[in-house]
Amino acid sequence: MKVVNKTNQTKNPFLPEPARIVRMYPLTEDVKFFQVRLVDIEKSLSFQYRPGQFAMISVLGAGEAPFSISSTPSRPGLLEFCIRQTGTVTRAIFNLKENDLIGVRGPYGNGFPIEKMEGKDILIVMGGLGAAPLRSVLLYCLDNRDLFGRVILLHGAKRPAEMIFLQEFLDLKKRSDLECYLTVDQDDTGQWVDNVGVVTTLFPQLKEINPNQTVALVCGPPVMYKFVIQELLKLNIPKDQILMTLERRMKCGVGKCGHCAIDYIYTCLDGPVFTYWDVIHMRELI
Amino acid sequence: MKIVKLKKENLHPFLQAVSQDAELWAPVRLSNNKHSFQLIDDFSKIDLDYTRTILPPRKLFLPPEFNMFQASFQGYQEDYSHVTPKVLFGVHPCDLHGLLIFDQFHRQAFEDPYYLKARENTLVFGHSCWPDEYCFCQSTHTHIIEEGYDLFFSELDDYYLVWIGSSEGDDCLRLTPELFEESISEEDIKSYIAWQEKRNRAFQLHINFVSMPDLMELRYHHPLWEVLGQACLSCGSCSMVCPTCNCYNVNDHPVLGKNYSEIHRCWDSCMLENYSAVAGGENFREKRSQRLKLWYTHKLQAYISKYGKPACVGCGRCLVTCPVDINIYTVSRALEGEQVDAFWNRLANEVKQ
Repeated sequence: MKVVNKTNQTKNPFLPEPARIVRMYPLTEDVKFFQVRLVDIEKSLSFQYRPGQFAMISVLGAGEAPFSISSTPSRPGLLEFCIRQTGTVTRAIFNLKENDLIGVRGPYGNGFPIEKMEGKDILIVMGGLGAAPLRSVLLYCLDNRDLFGRVILLHGAKRPAEMIFLQEFLDLKKRSDLECYLTVDQDDTGQWVDNVGVVTTLFPQLKEINPNQTVALVCGPPVMYKFVIQELLKLNIPKDQILMTLERRMKCGVGKCGHCAIDYIYTCLDGPVFTYWDVIHMRELI
Repeated sequence: MKIVKLKKENLHPFLQAVSQDAELWAPVRLSNNKHSFQLIDDFSKIDLDYTRTILPPRKLFLPPEFNMFQASFQGYQEDYSHVTPKVLFGVHPCDLHGLLIFDQFHRQAFEDPYYLKARENTLVFGHSCWPDEYCFCQSTHTHIIEEGYDLFFSELDDYYLVWIGSSEGDDCLRLTPELFEESISEEDIKSYIAWQEKRNRAFQLHINFVSMPDLMELRYHHPLWEVLGQACLSCGSCSMVCPTCNCYNVNDHPVLGKNYSEIHRCWDSCMLENYSAVAGGENFREKRSQRLKLWYTHKLQAYISKYGKPACVGCGRCLVTCPVDINIYTVSRALEGEQVDAFWNRLANEVKQ
């Protein structure tokens, strides 16, 4: 007997693609911004993904972990990630330098249903590092501005120094086709000119929302969901038009390792984007 | 399906012929009287008088720990050294069903080459069995098997009825056609049917799986889970011995003195504390009761909703393995409304004795 090979699939889904860090700089004290390019230039330019999908990033000798893609597919070539230093893999990534090599696999997950969102008003609510996946869909909407109705952004952070993409969002705020509201829980600088208070304090400032016409996208720390969803339900936005993207432990990203299982679904295949109805229906989601 | 006859005395010569260029793996009795699928170098070690092995045969397709690939700055080198030509002999119908569930799981969405390559390079020969007091495969309809094997040996008196399940299985018979008889007599058929009827009556343990998805849903917040959670040792043994548990962990092992890392894949269990923990301190299933719920949701509810059958093949391994008697049988009884307290008091008394 000889070892035979009958599988049709030629690609091993567990093998990463070598990628180079093009740029990296701090966004806040513990969050860094990474621009990454696949070493194989053809694969780099043909790397297609949806806003809200994630990639597995590996660092030699440290391991692999899932990260939301923060860049938009409307600007191909470079992949961008916002990474907070919290564990083994992120510590190793922080120790790398520009031009260093990492491994990238993906894109994985369902991502946001951007086709279904076309023509709708988009209400994006982000808190803290929740900006990482939602920046992708925000930039996608702005790059395809005529496909969407109103685009509304609510962004909250604890302190001005902890607001990631602060400068980028301050620039975006000047656009007339984006309703952008920024807030901090506490202003310890005395320089903050925008709202002070948790992100829900921004809701009364919104111009009237047409609930059936609106798709809300939410991502932030676990404590934020409960209060933001209450506000969205008060606005009468349907439960299946409230989308949220979730975090889980993942070791494969392709529905095999089991770590992200919830009921009968895998966050890596059926998520990480879920509707609020899914969350009520499936328990354990948040 | 084609069926032929093999006299028992011809079994070893046949195995000799098929394992000429392949490893032969078969059940062996260990010193503690338990059985295990082992690499066979001496045919006399094969012991077919067994009920269940400690670990299910999935250990041959995805070993407890293996290297997936080497990673270096120069690139990635796949490692399929666990894939060798094998003949796996003596697999019972429940374990064959376990492999069928594994086949389905590893083919869906993204194909898993580490499992599929190993499966393609293994000839699987099934063997008939007799239930003990822990077997409940009749309740999961996995006591009989119609696919998923190359050959299946039904043991009767002094011969086997050999069912040919695949083209490769048919090729195996052609290696030693003189050992097999083509004609099956009326008497053989009668004794097979008699054996089958007798076996059908021999099952002592029955579980009603049909109502389990509803009961899991209705008793999701029932205190029984807290009671079970307090007793659970969180050891993960139930996952290690289960034929349908597939979870694994991945670790990066830098190799000393070399410029590469080995990316190891090793069995994991959702019963272990860090299973759902993410960086930053959040653990989505901190409590043992939450982790037990996940395990039993997967086995008794999720798989039934998705595939119409439970992710349980009735092998009874969790019944003989769990040190505190949390298993498919006791949990399904608790879900059906048996007083969990009474069950635990009984267990406590048994421990005292």
